[in-house]
Amino acid sequence: MDNLISAIGTAFNLLSTFDPEVIEITTRTLEITFTSVLICTIVALPLGTLINFSTFRGKKTLISLIQTLYALPTVIVGLVCYMLLSRTGPLGFLGFLFTPSGMIFGQTILVIPIMTGLTIAALQGINPTITDTIRSLGANRLQFLLSHLREARYVIMAAVVIGFSRAISEVGAAIMIGGNIKGHTRVLTTAISLQTSMGNFELSLALGIILLGIALIINIMMGYLQQR
Amino acid sequence: MIRLDAISKAFGEKLVLDKVSAEIPRGKIFTIIGPSGQGKTTLLRLINLLDTPTRGMIYFDGKSLHEQSQDVTALRRRMGMVFQTPIAFKDTVFANIAVGLRYRGIARDEIEKRVYQKLDEIGLSGYENRKAGTLSGGEMQRVSLARVMVTEPDLLLLDEPTANLDPLSTSKIEELIRYYNRKQGTTVIMSSHDLFQGQRMADMIAVMMGGRFIQTDETVKVFSEPCSADVARFIGIQNVLSGHVTGREDGMMRVDLGGVTVLAMNTLPDDRVIVAIRPEDITLYNEPDGKMSARNVISGTITGIRPYGIISHVMVACGQIVLAVQVTWQAVRDMSLTPGQEVILSFKAPSVHVMPDDESSSGQF
Repeated sequence: MDNLISAIGTAFNLLSTFDPEVIEITTRTLEITFTSVLICTIVALPLGTLINFSTFRGKKTLISLIQTLYALPTVIVGLVCYMLLSRTGPLGFLGFLFTPSGMIFGQTILVIPIMTGLTIAALQGINPTITDTIRSLGANRLQFLLSHLREARYVIMAAVVIGFSRAISEVGAAIMIGGNIKGHTRVLTTAISLQTSMGNFELSLALGIILLGIALIINIMMGYLQQR
Repeated sequence: MIRLDAISKAFGEKLVLDKVSAEIPRGKIFTIIGPSGQGKTTLLRLINLLDTPTRGMIYFDGKSLHEQSQDVTALRRRMGMVFQTPIAFKDTVFANIAVGLRYRGIARDEIEKRVYQKLDEIGLSGYENRKAGTLSGGEMQRVSLARVMVTEPDLLLLDEPTANLDPLSTSKIEELIRYYNRKQGTTVIMSSHDLFQGQRMADMIAVMMGGRFIQTDETVKVFSEPCSADVARFIGIQNVLSGHVTGREDGMMRVDLGGVTVLAMNTLPDDRVIVAIRPEDITLYNEPDGKMSARNVISGTITGIRPYGIISHVMVACGQIVLAVQVTWQAVRDMSLTPGQEVILSFKAPSVHVMPDDESSSGQF
């Protein structure tokens, strides 16, 4: 318990003194996470919409598969991405291994199923009378899709928050693809992992509190947007 | 304006609409009445191109609606439909009413002008920035109506628009429908399970039962001359009896209803007939009265009294039949009517409505 209380103190201390290393790690964490969530949103929203409004054989199976991928172990994503991005791998030419770009790549793979699946769920949750109303009012194909996304926007915002939370808190892929290189690919979670293995529990907890603080701010911002 | 040509619709094995035909003239209010679950919603959805008929054609201004070559969106934009469940987009009242105009690419200031005008018409001025989700059912349904009418459709489809509303909200919606029908000349096709609503609103009524229009007529005709026992019962005539014709003279016929013979003004050639007598057309006396001029005078015994607000239905057994007679609650007291009491019933020959006994129509349900 004492450890926890002093960890909170340490966290405030690190932030209030603008500890250069903590600031650097936090900034990198945010850059990587925001970029991957942005890519995921750009891909998952149209993908989920397309799947939801198309009729094809195996649609239910595909949706089940996407939902199964919510449980994708981060280490497995890390391992597969490592194999893909390594110099001898099929994507080795990108030179992404042990770079923030590689970490963004990994997080994107990890989060896309969640955001796609939740987009589908959000659209399926729309009252069928709303769908009838949209068609009946004379929406063309694009207006039809945009009106549905607009109607589902609060649930989709929640999906983005969940995707963000999954991306910012994962350590398996970040460590395997990024390699936790100081000043280059070290992020909050990999730093926590390192400090814990070195026995610096207090510092680990302090970094954890900073991470949760970021998640809290994001949630408050989303809550504000939803209430508008 | 709209012509339905033998429309059938099946969902899997189940036939929901069975060769429905009708012609709906421009500018009229056409009401489809019938019990719930008889295919009214399905028919309106077909007209709004939300579904495709299994067989048959729907013509809109002479053009077939469901042909491949038709531009579905352009056709839909000439109509509007209000659904049974009051529903609104998760947005402001203003945005809700503006949706259809935005789809049509109308300029922003024109949208603003038209939406504010509609808000005024539906009595919700000042509600523009309210979240539509906070409205009552009645207000939300008024917004649904405004959302459609703001696009100035040629044809307005209403699927039981007041089914979930209280009486006050219902009369407001009815008033608005009549207002738009008169002011914008909009042709209206609405469904209702409330026959009095049909009576209040419609120029023409189609009675729908078992996926068919069993009677399509001017409103007054449906109520005065129901075409079958089912329609007669649905429009609230309690005394619907079968009998056979025992004699004819001077445009009149004698019908035996089972021990009781009534005189009707009718020349139907059938032998087996259905007779409908409205409870309000029968007068009840304690004893024979010299002033009775009606052609039908029969005696019977009161079997029960059912109160309906300020009026009561007195059930009178005459031979093998029981007739319901409408009297005021006051009269029940003044005449001290009680079960077991002998009474005299009298009704005029024109009050006896005679229909052919169509076995198939009464055996259908």
